[in-house]
Parts: sequence; C-alpha cells; structure tokens
Amino acid sequence: MPEVLKAPLTVEFPFTRSLGPVQSAFLTGLRERVVLGVRTTDGRTLVPPVEYDPVTAEEIRDLVEVAPTGTVTTWAWNHAPRRGQPLDTPFAWALVRLDGADTALLHALDAPGPDAVHTGMRVRVRWAEERTGAITDIACFEPYDGSSAEPAGHTGEFEDTVTGIVAPARLDYTYSPGRAQSAYINALSERRNVGERCPSCRKVYVPPRGACPRCGVATLEQVEVGPGGTVTTFCIVNIKAKNLDIEVPYVYAHIALDGADLALHGRIGGIPYDQVRMGLRVEPVWTEGARFPDHYRPTGEADADYDTYRELL
Amino acid sequence: MRDIALVAFAQTDHRRTSDEHSEVEMLMPVLHQVLDRTGLKTADIGFTCSGSSDYLAGRAFSFTLALDGVGAWPPISESHVEMDGAWALYEAWTKLLTGDADTALVYAYGKSSPGSVRDVLTRQLDPYYVAPLWPDSVALAALQAQALIDAGHTDEPALAGVAARSRRDAADNSHAQLRGSIPHGDYLVRPLRTGDCPPIGDGAAAVILAAGDRARELCERPAWIRGTDHRIEAHGLGVRDLTDSPSTRLAAEKAGAFERPVDTAELHAPFTSQEVVLRKALRLDDSVRVNPSGGALAANPIMAAGLIRIGEAAARIHRGESDRALAHATSGPCLQQNLVAVLEGDPR
Ligand SMILES: [Zn+2]
Repeated sequence: MPEVLKAPLTVEFPFTRSLGPVQSAFLTGLRERVVLGVRTTDGRTLVPPVEYDPVTAEEIRDLVEVAPTGTVTTWAWNHAPRRGQPLDTPFAWALVRLDGADTALLHALDAPGPDAVHTGMRVRVRWAEERTGAITDIACFEPYDGSSAEPAGHTGEFEDTVTGIVAPARLDYTYSPGRAQSAYINALSERRNVGERCPSCRKVYVPPRGACPRCGVATLEQVEVGPGGTVTTFCIVNIKAKNLDIEVPYVYAHIALDGADLALHGRIGGIPYDQVRMGLRVEPVWTEGARFPDHYRPTGEADADYDTYRELL
Repeated sequence: MRDIALVAFAQTDHRRTSDEHSEVEMLMPVLHQVLDRTGLKTADIGFTCSGSSDYLAGRAFSFTLALDGVGAWPPISESHVEMDGAWALYEAWTKLLTGDADTALVYAYGKSSPGSVRDVLTRQLDPYYVAPLWPDSVALAALQAQALIDAGHTDEPALAGVAARSRRDAADNSHAQLRGSIPHGDYLVRPLRTGDCPPIGDGAAAVILAAGDRARELCERPAWIRGTDHRIEAHGLGVRDLTDSPSTRLAAEKAGAFERPVDTAELHAPFTSQEVVLRKALRLDDSVRVNPSGGALAANPIMAAGLIRIGEAAARIHRGESDRALAHATSGPCLQQNLVAVLEGDPR
C-alpha cells in the first residue's frame, strides 16, 4: 500500500460573543476588581452569575457584590499545565466559593505543591495586571489566611461596560485523508488523475473517497482517468477571495474527466470568462512543483455532445 | 406504544490511531456487519441517524462524508446529532414510536487521533467563564474525583480497583483498546492517574432497531427497549453537586429502570470516579454485573462510546446472558448530561 499522507491542520478562530446584562456586569466588574454575583428568587447568590435561575429558569438580574476571598470546595493538582491555561507553572484547578456566594467558580490556584492544597482552604483572588473584562482578569487564586474581605456593596452599575468578549480558540490536528484520498493525492504528484471504481454499480469516482455513495460499499479498483475532460456546469466568480492571487472574474467549473462518473471542481483559464460553456473540452495545466493542476484550459476539440455528460451534471 | 427492539450491534476494533483510514473507511465495515447480521440492505432501512463531532475531525460538516458509507442514493430518510450515537438512537427510537418507520440504522464514530482530545473537549464548555481557561477533560474529572474522596464516597485504592476490574473484564472483549493488566500509572491530574482515565482512540459502532414483528423476524432474541430518557444539569460546575448525578437518576426513573431489578449495567463512565457516582445514582448493588465489556475505561471512542454501551447491553440479551439490562451514556463535563435505556429479552 502506498504511503498514507499526513499534514498539520490548525483550526484557529476568534470566538466573538456578545454579553447579556448579567454577564456584562460581571466581566466589567472583574475589570474594576469587583466580583459580582446574582441573587435568585429563593435568596441564593450565584457566582459566577447567570441570567436564568438554574432551578426555575426564571430570568434573574439582581446583582450583588461578593468578597474576593473564599473557600476551596474541590481541587485537582495539575502538574503539567497545557497551552492556554491560566498559569504555566504547576497549579491546582479549584472550585472556589467566594465569601457571600452559594456556588463555586472554577479557576486556577497558585500553590507550591499538592501538599499545600486541601478542600476547605482559604484563598483570595490575584488580579491580572492588565484587565479587559474577561474571566482571565482573575489571574488565579492564591492561598490566603486573613479574614474575609468585606465587599463594598457595589450595585453592578458601571460606566463604559464591557459588551462582548473575544475568546481565541485554537486546535491543532495532524490530518490524514485515509487510504483512497492518499492514493489520489499521491497520483496527482505524478500528474495523473486516479479514480476508484465501485465493484457494484461500476461507477468511477474522482476524487475517490473510498466508498460508493450509491451502493455504500468500498471502492478499491483504481482507474486512471483524463487527462482531458468536459465542462458540465460552471459559474462566474466576481468576488476576490482573501489571499487568493486570481484576477476576477474567473470561471469555476465542474469538469467530468474522461472515464470518470463524477465531475470534479476546477478553475478554467486560457479563455475569456464569458466564452466558457457547458460541453467545453478542457485539459489540466500543471505548474512546476505543484501537487495539483493549477487550472484547466480548452483543448481546442469540438464541444462534447450534451448526451455524453448529461448524467454527470 | 409500539414495541421496539435493538436487533443487531457491531463495532470496530478500537485503536489509538487509524491513519490509514478516513472516517468513512473506518465506518463502512461496521455498517456492513450490522446489516449482514439482519440480512437487511440499505434500501430496507426506514430511518438512519448518526452521531459524531466536527471538532474531533477539525472539519465542518464532516458527517456528510460518512454518509457515503451508508449508500444514500436513492435518497434516504436521515438525521444527525452532534452528540454521542446514544442520542442518535434516542431520536431513531422516537421516530419508530411514531410509526413513520419500522427499522432504523443508528451509527456513530469518532477519530480522536488527529487532534488532542483533552483540548478539543474544552470547546464544549461555557464560552464566557470556563472555556477561556482551557480546563481539559481530565482536570474536570479530577475535580469530581477529589470531591468524591472528600465526601468519603471513594478513595484512590477503590478507584484503582474499578480500573483493574474494567480492564480485566475487557480481556474477553476483542474490540477493546486496553485489556488485561494495565499499570495504574502516574498522576495525570491528581487524584486521577492514567489508569483512572480512558484510552484515547478511534472507533465506530452501529446498531439496528426494529419495531414489533419485524424485530422478531430479524433477531432470535430481540433486546426490547422498555424505556429510554435523557436529562441534563446546569452547565455551571460550581452550581452542581459533583458527588451526585440527579440527571442520571431522573433519566433512569423515567426510563423505568427502578421498576424491577436489572442483571446487567453498561455504564458510560470514562473515568473510574464516574462509576462511583453512577452506581449510587442508579442504585446498583453488587448483584448487578457492571460493564462486563470493560466499559469506557477499556475503549472510549468519543461519540460512539455511549452507543456502544447500549449495543453491549443488547448483545448480552441477544446471547441470552442477560434478561434485563440498563445502558447509560453521558456527555459533557463531569456527567453533565445522561441517557438511560432499559432493555429486556423475552422470557425464557
Ligand atoms: Zn456503486
């Protein structure tokens, strides 16, 4: 079996979210070194605060300040911090019930080692130097043996409130396309188009994905197709894509390679965009060092008869 | 209400990596196996429902590619949940209850090997207060484990015992990823050691459901679904009592689990400490055979592991090793969401 391909794949995006009135007050409060909770109708104080009572689903927004000191309700020692976590030295994850609150907040606890942490221990907020209105404005918790700090009775009214957060997300993968697509990509690097034939319905799929979607069976028999093909349908692209060095307008087409029973996608070049038509005969244009055709251009043959590709639209 | 049974079950051999196969290539043999067991063809299936996650694949709409393995032409009646396949089974069960279909194919798959599953699972957390801190799945389970230890519900040797029993039972399960004697290992996030945590792996599973007489035609001893229900708890971890699972208890009650004793329980407890919580919530005593398959500690293909619990419970009924079994699936951090199904074989 030829080599199965692998490549790094990073999915990264800024997760941009707007805040409701309660979350806005809480995160604005953190920016101002104030911790706010929300009072439920049965008199409990939830920290961090939510907009709906977790028991009754009633809307709640009665904000109340709690202390920046509290008690660990459970913890776990994290000797190997991972990317994005609050501290890059070993720390404890902890649920902390702040003084005045009835529920606990999850955060990191900076302590010298697991022996210095226990459920019931007293801790206080360590504020981040630069605060923007995010949960990370709490840098972490730290051990604290003083008395409970008195909250100042903040009402939750702020000027210049935080109305949204941007939470960057990044996940790293090593992507492998599997057997069928690896074979296809490997053949492309030799400037060949290889499809796979369904053992049941005999259709040839290009690019092959390893299964016949009609029959639901594996396609294993490799079949060389092309290089020539027929434009089965197309569209004219008028908007320039970011980071794409192709002049608009250009034509993006479905191309049925000779011998294939499924049309693949490709750009059509070497012909004015407004002269591209269904039935146009095309061939791939390879550029030096590329692992796939840059585009397809007219072969100069007579157009294919509609009946020869009508099943491939 | 119509009688609906699980009539066939198949799963892959779960492995740490499966680079050589795309998702559909991994899934297809399982779909063929489960169909072969009933003699059904794709065209005979009334409804198809699947569970998987784009975050594992790192690609949007990845489940649409897997449909190639089903044979979705001519068009089929199909649905997908971005959840464990146990919830796809729930959807298929309700579809069959309506009488719209007599048979259903339910499948689920997950390839964890391309990414880092501990990081991937942080993306299901509250995006305002929790996800920006990147607490990984093991860390959150460890908080729950410590809460149980503090409450006196378990201790580290007892957790090690759960791990050892699970992998010992898995020795008889040729599909399992971790089998036999496995060292309990070092702390991953204290108090959880590697042995308390599930293996990370790739795998798929599929089941076929059928209603009434159709089920009797397709299977010698159908596993009748007497009830199934799922319940969820608040997303705020600090709002919940992590030593208990009221959602599991409520789901079990609504599924009829407490009406009569069960002889088998397949619990989706990826972490040893979660078995402690579930046993209590489900009132399981030592008379119940818990996770004879080895459970999620032996193989935990994300998005399929819950469906596998239902499949394993049903397979014991098919084989005559159980008469009334409970199956459980979970989703979310620290057992946030739970599904319970009760399965029975015809009296012998
Ligand atoms: Zn076919």
